[in-house]
Amino acid sequence: MNFYAIRAIYKFEMARTFRTLMQSIASPVLSTSLYFIVFGTAIGSRMGEIDGVSYGAFIIPGLVMLSLLSESISNASFGIFFPKFSGTIYEVLSAPVSPLEIVIGYVGAAATKSVMLGLLILVTARIFVDYTIVHPFWMLGFLLLTAITFSLFGFIIGVWADDFQKLQVIPLMVITPLTFLGGAFYSISMLPEPWQSLTLFNPVVYLINGFRWAFYGIADVNVGVSLGMTLLFLVICLGIISWIFKTGYRIRS
Amino acid sequence: MTSIISVTGLGKTYDSGFTALRDVNLDIKRGEIFALLGPNGAGKTTLISIICGISRQTEGLVTADGFDIVNDYRAARSKIGLVPQELSTDAFESVWATVTFSRGLFGKAPNPQYIEKLLRQLSLWDKKDAQMRELSGGMKRRVMIAKALSHEPEILFLDEPTAGVDVELRRDMWEMVRELREQGVTIILTTHYIEEAEEMADRIGVIRKGQILLVEEKQALMDKLGSKQLTVHLQQTLDAIPPELSEFDLHLEQDGSYLSFSYDCRQDGDSVARLLRKLSELGLEIRDLNSSESSLEEIFVSLVHEEN
Repeated sequence: MNFYAIRAIYKFEMARTFRTLMQSIASPVLSTSLYFIVFGTAIGSRMGEIDGVSYGAFIIPGLVMLSLLSESISNASFGIFFPKFSGTIYEVLSAPVSPLEIVIGYVGAAATKSVMLGLLILVTARIFVDYTIVHPFWMLGFLLLTAITFSLFGFIIGVWADDFQKLQVIPLMVITPLTFLGGAFYSISMLPEPWQSLTLFNPVVYLINGFRWAFYGIADVNVGVSLGMTLLFLVICLGIISWIFKTGYRIRS
Repeated sequence: MTSIISVTGLGKTYDSGFTALRDVNLDIKRGEIFALLGPNGAGKTTLISIICGISRQTEGLVTADGFDIVNDYRAARSKIGLVPQELSTDAFESVWATVTFSRGLFGKAPNPQYIEKLLRQLSLWDKKDAQMRELSGGMKRRVMIAKALSHEPEILFLDEPTAGVDVELRRDMWEMVRELREQGVTIILTTHYIEEAEEMADRIGVIRKGQILLVEEKQALMDKLGSKQLTVHLQQTLDAIPPELSEFDLHLEQDGSYLSFSYDCRQDGDSVARLLRKLSELGLEIRDLNSSESSLEEIFVSLVHEEN
């Protein structure tokens, strides 16, 4: 294992995060605060409780997931896309590093940043809404697992994208709709059929529900299924990444 | 001398179907400066990219210091430093951070003293905290070299090191390359500037259309192919070369007032004197004389054309 290389990539990526602290941290926190003000405080006060949880508190896990998914993807995809775009990737490719070390460096940094951000959003949420965390360790576990999984997914997008548009298209066209339709703002039991059944094909449902279970002990789907689906997605991403390095797809001509 | 890089039967065909290299065989000797010459698109960068691990070969075998670049890529790549042609840098990184990053990436323990020494050698020390985007092109080039040397490689690839570099920096760079060689580093450079190969290289390889045309000691190449040329500017114009001068390899040029004479002074030492004597016997007055040696450039051009 080339630990110095992992550390070098990780430090480099984290330095980039701290250089762009405003965009990296402030803007997701600000946009999430807006959600809390609008949905949690303004609209939420007129909404009934869902499964015994106030609406403002109910949406917190979903909102954290929303930021976590989009930030994980955008951090990790940009992290690998930009060296490809600027040409500096030559150095990583010519270095004695294995694919695993490259992935640990880039994805580890992206996931770290997302987790930091997720926790920051939780702290921010506290200003607007009161909430409890029934299973704090599971909460951290889901946070970490989701951050890693979607940073891996972002890494794949960053490798696949050959222009800036493509970098944006998946988060914008796929992840945001899936999150909004994945029960971030409602319980899927509130949906009429066939939407309720259809929703079960949305992987984000399982992420949000697992996470929400960690907070309030309530979920639309079994927490074991949630965990299983998250792990499944993680394995799929790992599989695609190992294929990328095996074939050199869009990285090593 | 043993070879430090050995390339055998190397071929590269891109997915597009374009064949960039075919059956390339090349041995680089330990400690030498090797110049790879070739026109644009000849495959120089592709060859370097494969040896350094940036591209994959389609066929063939490459070893660096005895290690296969595919199966033993860790050992092979840790011996090699690369200064690419493009100045690809992270605009917002500081010089110090980017050079330190490179050392880590290549699996070396941090060594700030060594990095400091390196930056001082390359006159970058006072810029160590500057961001890459603040640097001039020449300075960036120096940083690229510092990055390539950050892990103390035994083999250094310089891909077009002096493209777009001013004369002073070019001289500095040549000086640095010589110093590195004295420390035992093997240097492989590609260049468009024949002058550069002529000035620095021990051996020269010419590549064209993905194939190595020749590999030769520089001096031997110049001796073998080198000839001198004497241009005689006459007072009068001639319609044809006088038959009395038929023993000389002469051409009439321009309006007929220029005689150009190709000769090899190593083989026939008095031909110039004989020609001048003959000219004065024929009553041809000389206005001016100019003699020139064929440079590596002319050798190169003639080689590349010959193959066409």
